[in-house]
Formats: sequence, structure tokens, C-alpha cells
Amino acid sequence: MKFLFTSFGIWSFTILCLIVFGRRERLCSVAGGLGVISGSLFAIASGVTTLLSNSYECFYLNWNYIGDKISFALDPLAAWFVIPVCGLSLLAAIYAIAYDWDNETGYSKSFSWILFILLLASMVLVICAANGVVFLMAWEVMAVSSFFLVIRDSAHSHSSQDAGWIYLIATHLGTVFLVILFLLAQAQTGSFDFMVWEKQGLNIPNRSLLFLLAAIGFGTKAGFVPFHIWLPEAHPAAPSYISAVMSGVMIKTGIYGLIRSIGWFGAPIPHWWGIAVLVIGIVSGVLGVLFAIAQHDLKRLLAYHSVENIGIITIGIGVGLVGLSYDNAGLIFLGFSGAVLHVLNHAVFKGLLFLGAGSVLHSTEEREIDKMGGLLKRMPLTGVAFLIGAMAISGLPPLNGFVSELIIFISGVHSLLSKDVTIGLCGAAVVGGLALIGGLAAACFAKAFGIIFVGEPRSDKCSKAEESSPLMTIPMLVLAMLCLVIGLSGAWLVAGVAPQIVQNISKNTSLDFAGYQSQLSNALMFVGLTGGLLIVLLALFVLIKKALIKNRTVSYGLTWDCGYTRPTARMQYTASSFAQPFLELFKPILRTRHHYHVHMPDNMFPQGANFHTETPDICHTEVYRPVFLKISEILMKFRFLQHGYIQIYILYIALTLILLLIWKIR
Amino acid sequence: MTISILLKTTISILASLILAPILLGIINRVKAGFAGRVGQPLLQPYYDIFKLLKKGLVYSTTTSWIFRWGTLVSLAVIVCALLIVPCGPFPALISFKGDIFLLVYLMGVVRFITVISALDTGSSFEGMGSSREMFFSALAEPALLLALMGLAKVTDSFSLTSIANTLSATNWFNNGASLALLMGTLFIVLLSENARIPIDDPNTHLELTMIHEVMVLDHSGPDFAVINYISALKLWIFSAIIAPVLFPIHTNNIIADFSVWLSGMVLISIAVGIVESSMARLRLTVIPQFLLGATALAITAIVLTWIG
Amino acid sequence: MKVQLLLILVLLTNLKLLGSSRLGSSIRTVAIQGSLLGLLPLFIELDSLNWRVMTLAIGTVFLKGFVFANLLFRAINVANVNREVQPFAGYVSSLLYGIVALIVSFWLGQILNLGQLSYSPLIIPVSFFGIFSGLFLIVSRRRAISQVLGFLVLENGVFTFGAGIIKMTSLLVEIGILLDVFVAILVMGITVFRISQECDHIDTDKLITLKD
Repeated sequence: MKFLFTSFGIWSFTILCLIVFGRRERLCSVAGGLGVISGSLFAIASGVTTLLSNSYECFYLNWNYIGDKISFALDPLAAWFVIPVCGLSLLAAIYAIAYDWDNETGYSKSFSWILFILLLASMVLVICAANGVVFLMAWEVMAVSSFFLVIRDSAHSHSSQDAGWIYLIATHLGTVFLVILFLLAQAQTGSFDFMVWEKQGLNIPNRSLLFLLAAIGFGTKAGFVPFHIWLPEAHPAAPSYISAVMSGVMIKTGIYGLIRSIGWFGAPIPHWWGIAVLVIGIVSGVLGVLFAIAQHDLKRLLAYHSVENIGIITIGIGVGLVGLSYDNAGLIFLGFSGAVLHVLNHAVFKGLLFLGAGSVLHSTEEREIDKMGGLLKRMPLTGVAFLIGAMAISGLPPLNGFVSELIIFISGVHSLLSKDVTIGLCGAAVVGGLALIGGLAAACFAKAFGIIFVGEPRSDKCSKAEESSPLMTIPMLVLAMLCLVIGLSGAWLVAGVAPQIVQNISKNTSLDFAGYQSQLSNALMFVGLTGGLLIVLLALFVLIKKALIKNRTVSYGLTWDCGYTRPTARMQYTASSFAQPFLELFKPILRTRHHYHVHMPDNMFPQGANFHTETPDICHTEVYRPVFLKISEILMKFRFLQHGYIQIYILYIALTLILLLIWKIR
Repeated sequence: MTISILLKTTISILASLILAPILLGIINRVKAGFAGRVGQPLLQPYYDIFKLLKKGLVYSTTTSWIFRWGTLVSLAVIVCALLIVPCGPFPALISFKGDIFLLVYLMGVVRFITVISALDTGSSFEGMGSSREMFFSALAEPALLLALMGLAKVTDSFSLTSIANTLSATNWFNNGASLALLMGTLFIVLLSENARIPIDDPNTHLELTMIHEVMVLDHSGPDFAVINYISALKLWIFSAIIAPVLFPIHTNNIIADFSVWLSGMVLISIAVGIVESSMARLRLTVIPQFLLGATALAITAIVLTWIG
Repeated sequence: MKVQLLLILVLLTNLKLLGSSRLGSSIRTVAIQGSLLGLLPLFIELDSLNWRVMTLAIGTVFLKGFVFANLLFRAINVANVNREVQPFAGYVSSLLYGIVALIVSFWLGQILNLGQLSYSPLIIPVSFFGIFSGLFLIVSRRRAISQVLGFLVLENGVFTFGAGIIKMTSLLVEIGILLDVFVAILVMGITVFRISQECDHIDTDKLITLKD
């Protein structure tokens, strides 16, 4: 705990320095970066020590606020979430120094860094809070600071401002559900403290209602379908390193809240909770990846992939919940381990991908995939890092995405092999759903990497792109190395930390996880060994090939073009064409709109033509927009109350006061 | 691991590596027989690979290091995948609970790298092939995994080696319908992943059949030899998954078991040849329905195990 | 055991009907389904065969396998159609519906566990699946012939339920139903032929213009 306080101290001190430094832009950047880095290092240290020692620390401030003490707690589950939050923010801060160095941003550098530190500190506070009021206050600070960061660069762009507003409204609507949940809990138990809720077990007015409130409230932040519509708006609009932090770790605070809330409802939990969460997970995963395939904008594509990966994490949580309701140790252990490990893995590779996208954006000033190409030769380090990130998110061995997906797959098989038909059906759904999600994700990233980084450049800006500065590429390469390391060493992670975390979640000490843990460690050890074997074989084959072609002729020429005399870069396959079979097959869900503009030729030479597809988010256009339009229609009828005369407004205030007086006197 | 087990495993791996291209030869001979020709020699795939290994290389100026070294990465990955599949009575080298998923996703790595190398050439032919390849395999993967799950449910174990060892004639007696349906699904996925009719025509690369063949248009010389060998290994791996279901015979004689298993592999290749010669290629828009039908068969098989 | 096999084959024919678009092969598939179901009472009463069961089985196979198929083939040859055109639900959606209906049918089979009364645990799931498939075919296809086929599949589903549960003597009821269906198919075949002569097509959604 002491380390954590040091972190908060460093961050507060940095904010003070930033306010003092004011206008001196470069100094602000460096100070802000150093502050974030050192604070994060201390926080990571505290998280690691808590995990290694399996301890539980609690800290109370003797400050009676609404009848309770302010309390913070750091247990293995919270520590596991603190580590990616601070780790990714650390790397994003290094990246940010270089990203903003020469840029004209909307705010002054000091304000920008103050907001970043506020975001980071509030995320850590949300995870460590053990009291409802502290939690909600930190939650609010997190939402507001990220809102300001989202609209930072939007001075000239209406769509980015709209994106910021959609984000703010969505996160506040979600928070409303959380506030209702916490107030109901306090009404029942008389306190806002999480420990008290766990001991008593919330069940008034109805456990399922409370669970739904928690699911919707935390789900809005996490990005469950259909509450996800703010994600594809806000993440592209924000500066790239903020998108990395938001997508990689901020939405995980929603997952953290959901997992925490499981302990509040008391055991045993009804069966349908787990099944409902599982269904939400599969739907989010499939819809997220389908919409991702249809996107043209790189950052929007990555935002939809966040929805998909949250879906995968939720599938793991759903399996764990089903296990909790049936008291099945295997499902609990495997489901929650897979979900929690995927939280870390997603933070790593999604952060990597967003930083890579930022690097591409920085060099080419272009966000549309169809205008890029051939960037691997011009930006080799970014390209390699993005390739590793793309392979990791597709769940390809030997990288880290495969490890967590394997754990969730194994949990699905365990369900399938059980005697109970309901559990078995869940298992079949898990395996089928995850297989479909994995296949579609691999297709989407083959498209993204293939069109952006290889081939010929499709626009002038891309042919003149240059590699980003080392401060930007080093964080990406660190994350890429981390992908490989976690992929090879999954067994040790599981053996070391999974039992404590799962124990923390399930709180049932009679269940025996040891058998499942050793089986899983065995499996992951083989995966790691296969990865190692792969690298050895690859080295061997490379040496053989080099020896083989030493005396052969190696000639170069153009790509075979079927005899066409003048091949151009525009003749390459485009991203829209790559995605077309998917859009065609899933038309009822995606409803892609095609826009054609053709100028008919009036002589023998062809005239220009234009083709453009657009895939609006189905939840946005079919569900939210009509509802909100209807609401605003109804509210328009009350417009007559707003007419601008100050005297009448004062009359309203006076009337209200008189009514309150009459009501209280009676 | 005792010496004898190590020796057996090494022999089986070497046998797989050496025998894999024969399956392609068998398929070609069967197709030739149906067409009334004598056809290529059985060992023609070997001759092709050796001929290509002796040639020089031509690279396109558009390509990068991904194209040059991608084939070797694919080869390393598929050799690792081969180590997961049991060969008859010989257990696999890499065997653990859940190795099914490692196998399927290692094939996914091969596919990903092939697609990226294809897009690296900057040609629209390769782009078209890549798009269709990722599309059909995204639909075939759930079918494959659900079929393997069905096998796991029938044998109550989920490692390929233990599935192969547990399958016996009693399983056919008890769950015959499920096993038949699962074999159907696995066969359809084999046809899909190995570019056989009715999904794709391995002989041409015209626009109508641009899926697998066209992705490797620009590879030359030793690279192309490696690609041919990888496709032979892929066919071997998929056949090796189906063979224990076809002939689940376990005597204690290693030679007898291995011969039975090999004959199963040959039988599967002959079946592929027969299917290729008697059907036409499906229209591209019908292939998703075909693969979804395979998934429906797998789900039916799983559901039947709960009743029967 | 043979009963099990028969029922699984019936299930597979239903799946094939959901996913196929060619009218000729659909008619053949329904004919095969009818023949299999005609043989079902035969296999159920395998140890106590008598002339009643044999005649019933042969009669059902003849009626469902050959007569209906012949009538329908004649209808499509006259109306000159051999493919379903743009159904209301695409073939992928039909297969997805089929998978969901399969799971629901098996779940219903678990709940309505009749135990000793049914000859095989597969009877209820297969019959419900037949009913669901038949209903889906009637609702989601445009050509009148496909709707007739859907009706036949529906009747097959009900027949499966009856044949698998009740003992042989009540098959009298089934014979009555079969006669009704025969007359209905005859009438429908003639009507379709007449409609196609009048309107040059047998798309049912174009037939709504008749309401004016």
C-alpha cells in the first residue's frame, strides 16, 4: 500500500508542477511524462508485491463521509487490474512526449498532461476503492477527464465534438444505473462499504434486479452490445495514445466492477445469470468483429475490435458464473482465469495496435485504410510491431492472445463434457462462438495489415511516409516483446497468480482448483514449448535456405500482371473489396449502404466514377436514434416553458419555494 | 520418456514427413482414372518438389521481407502442427488436454502468413484469393472445432492422441450416427481447407477459382517447392484426424495397426479423388451455405450424443 | 437400433429441405422422407409382423413415396419451374433456423420425457423438428409448390409422433389422415396447374393481386 501512496503523491506533485510551468510547452511534456512514469512504476511495484504475497491490504481514512469511513483495499484481483492500467499508461506517456512534441494540440500541453494524470489516478482509485462513494467519485473523474481528452483535437471537426458528446452522455447514463444500485445497497445494509455488502449479501428488492443494474452500469463502460455505441465514436476521435489507454485499460474498469459485484450478491447465484452473461459475451464478440470488418477508418476498426475482445472476456466471466451457480470448480477456475488473463493480454495488444495506428497517422496524416499501402518498407519498426499486435489479437500461437483464448476454449470443452445438458449446450455455444469470432478477427486483421503495410502505396502521402521517432517506436516494441513473452510463459502466470485471483472471486474455500490448475499449466507449458520449437525450426530453415540459394540466381522484376502494360498502385485489391464477401453474407446485420456516382461517358473515353460504402452501427440507427428522437419530440412540447424572460424564471423559483414551504408546513 | 517411445515417435514423424506428398499423387491418379487417362506417376509430387528446389528465384520489387521469409515461417509452423497429430499407434510428440485448439490455430497461422505474403505482391489476383480464403476459413473453423468437440464428447477426452486411442468399435456401435455425421463434417472441412472441388479447383487459377492456387502465383523456385510441400502436409494432417475415426482398430501389433491406419489415409485420398471427379465446383455464393450445412451436421452429432 | 437409424435419416432429410433451393430435389427428398416413415411401423413391430402392418407399410410407401412425388413432378413440369425464387428467408437463415429448431426440439424431447410409452428417445425430437421445418417451409417460401411440400413435411412430423407412440391398432386414424392428405394434394396439384395456366406463374406473393 505504501507504494501506492507514493504514486499518488508523485502524481499530485506533478500536477502542481504542471500548473506552475504553465506556458513552457516542452518542459511541461517532459515533466508530465516523468511524473506519470515514476508514479506508474511505484503502482506496478505495489501490484506485483500484492500478487506475489497473496495479501490483502485495507486502508481507512478517519473521515466520516455520509456515515462511513473512506476506505481503499488492494487484494490480488485489484492488483491484477492495477498492473496493466499503470503499465500501459507508462508506455503511452513515453509515446505522448514524442507524439505531441511538434503538434499543435487543442489545449496547452500542461492542461493536456494534467488531464492524463487525472485519468490515470482516477482509474487506479476506481480499482482500489472499497467504498461506494469513493468509487463513484473516481468513476466520475475518470469519465470527465477522458471526455476532455477525447475532444482535445476536435476544434475543426464537428464529428469529433459529436463523438465527445455521445461519449459523455453514454457514460453518464451508465453511471445512473450504478448510482441506483449503490443507493439500493445502502438502503438495505446501511453503509456504502463494499466489505459490508459482501458480508450481508444484497438481495433487496430483488437480487436479479440488482444484478441487471450492475450489468448495465458496468456494461456501458465496458462496451457490451447494445451499450457500446460510444466506443466507435470516442476512440477514433481521441489522440492515439489516449485511445490506447481508453481502449486498453479504461474499459476494463467496467469489467473489474462487474467481477467485484459478483461477490456482493451472496451465494448461490441463479443459473440464468451466467447464461445471460455468456449470451451477451457471444453477441458482443460476433457483432463487434462483424462491424470491425466493415470499417474503413483504422481507429474505428480497432475500436470495434475492443468491443469484440470485451465480448471474449465476458464469455469467460459467463462460464465462471455458470460454474459458480452449479458449484463446478473446473468451470469457475478456467472461466475466470481465461477472462482475467485476457484482460491483461488485450491491454497489451490493443495498446500496441492503437500506438501503431497513431504512428501511422502521425507520419501519413491519413486514417482511411484504402489510402495507405507499402508502409512496411518505409516504417519498418511500426510495421513489425503492428504485425505482432495483429497476430496476437487474432489469437495466433505462440503469442499471448492464443493463451487466454485457449483457456476459455478449454473451459468450453469442460462444460461440453459434463453430464448436465444445459452446461453442455453452454459449452458448445462457447466453442462455436469463440471459433467464429477468432476466424473473423483473423480475417479482419489480415485485411488491415495487408492493405496498410504491404503492397504499393495508394496515395502520395503514404509514399513519402517516414518512420516515427524512437520515443514512439520503443513503447510499441516493448509491447510486442511482451506479447511474445506472455505467449511463451503462460504456464508460469497461471501457476503463479490464477489460483489467488480466482479464490478472491469465488470466496468458496471448499472447492479444489489444484487439479485444474496443474492441467492448465501443463497445457500452457506445451504451448510455450511449441513456441520455442517453432523459433528453433525457423532459424534452422532460414540457415538452410540461405545456404541453398548462395549460388543461385536471384532476379527481380514486377509482380505478374497478366500482361497489362501499365500497372498502377490503384489496381491493387482494396480493403472494401477484401471485406465484401463478409458484408454480403452478413447483410441482414450489417446493412451496408452502397453509394454510386457514375459520370456517363459521352465520347469514347471513360469518365470518372465513384463508389463508397457505409456501415452505420445498427444499434445506433435502429435503437438509440429513434428512441432519442422520440424523447426529444416529446420534450419539445415543453418548449413553451423556456421563453427568455428573466422575470418569469424568477417567478418559477418563487413558486417552487412557496410550494416547498406549504408542503413542509403540513 | 523412454528410449523406445522416443524412437517410435521419431519414426512416425519421419514417416509422416516423407510419405505426405504421396496422398497428392494418389488423388491425381484417381482423377486421371476417372477421366480415362493413365495420369501422372504416383511419385510426381516428389519429382516436382525436387525440380523446384534446384531452380533460382525471382522476386517482385513490390514485396518485402514478409514474402521472402513467410514460406519458411509457414513450414516451421506446419511441422509443429504435425507433431500434435498421432500417427496410428504412435502417440504424438506434443499431446496435452486441449491440443486440438493448438492444432487448429497453428493452421490459422499458416493461413494468415500465406494471405499476408499474397497481399505483399500488390496484385489484385492475390488480393482476391486472400479475401475469399479468409472468408471461407472463417466459416469452416467453427465447423472444424465443433466436429472435433463432437469427437471429444463421444470419447470423453480432448487430446487428439487420447481420442485416437480411445476410439474403438464399441463407439461405432453406441454412437454410430454421431460418428458418421462427424466424419462427414470433417471430410467437408478437409475439402475446404485443402482447396479441393467442390470448394476450389486445384488445377486452375482463373478468376472463377481464385482461392488457394492464386495466392501463391508469385512464388518461385525453392519457395514454391516449400509451398507444395506445405499443402501436402496439410492434407496429411487433415486425413490423419479422420483416419482413426474411420478404422478405430487397436490390436497390440504395431505393424498391423500402422498398416490399417495407412490404409485409412489412402482410402480417404481415394475418396477425395472420387468426390473431385464426380462433382462440379460450387458457385462461390453457395459455399457459405455448404459450410453452414457442415456446421449443422456437427451440431446434430453433438446433440445426438446426449440422447443416445 | 434400426428405428434410431431411420429417425436420424428422417432428420437429415428435413435439414436438406431447409437448405436446398431446387424444387426437383426437394420433391425427391420429401418422397424419400415419406418412404422412410412408411417403413417406420414395420421396423417398430419387427418381431410381431402380420399382414396388416405389411399392407399399411407398403401402402404408405407407395402413396407418400411415389404417388405424391408423381403428382408434384407433373405440376412443376407443367408450370415450368424448377427453382425456388428469392424466398422470404435466405438459405443461410433457413439453416440457422434449422439448427435452433433442432436444439429446441431436443430440449422439448428432454422435457416431455415419455419414457416407456415411446419406442425410441428420438421420436419426440424428430417429430417436433419435422413440424417446425414444415411450418417454416410454408411460411418462408414463395412458390406454391414449396408450400405444398411444407404441408407434406408437417404431416410427416405428426405421423412420426403418432407412429412412434401409439400401438398399431390406432394406425387406422393415420390411414384416415393419409387419405385426406392424398385428396388435398390432388386438389392442390390441379389448382396449381390451373393457376399457372391463368396467371403464367405460381408466385404466391403475386397472387395477392387477386384480392382486388
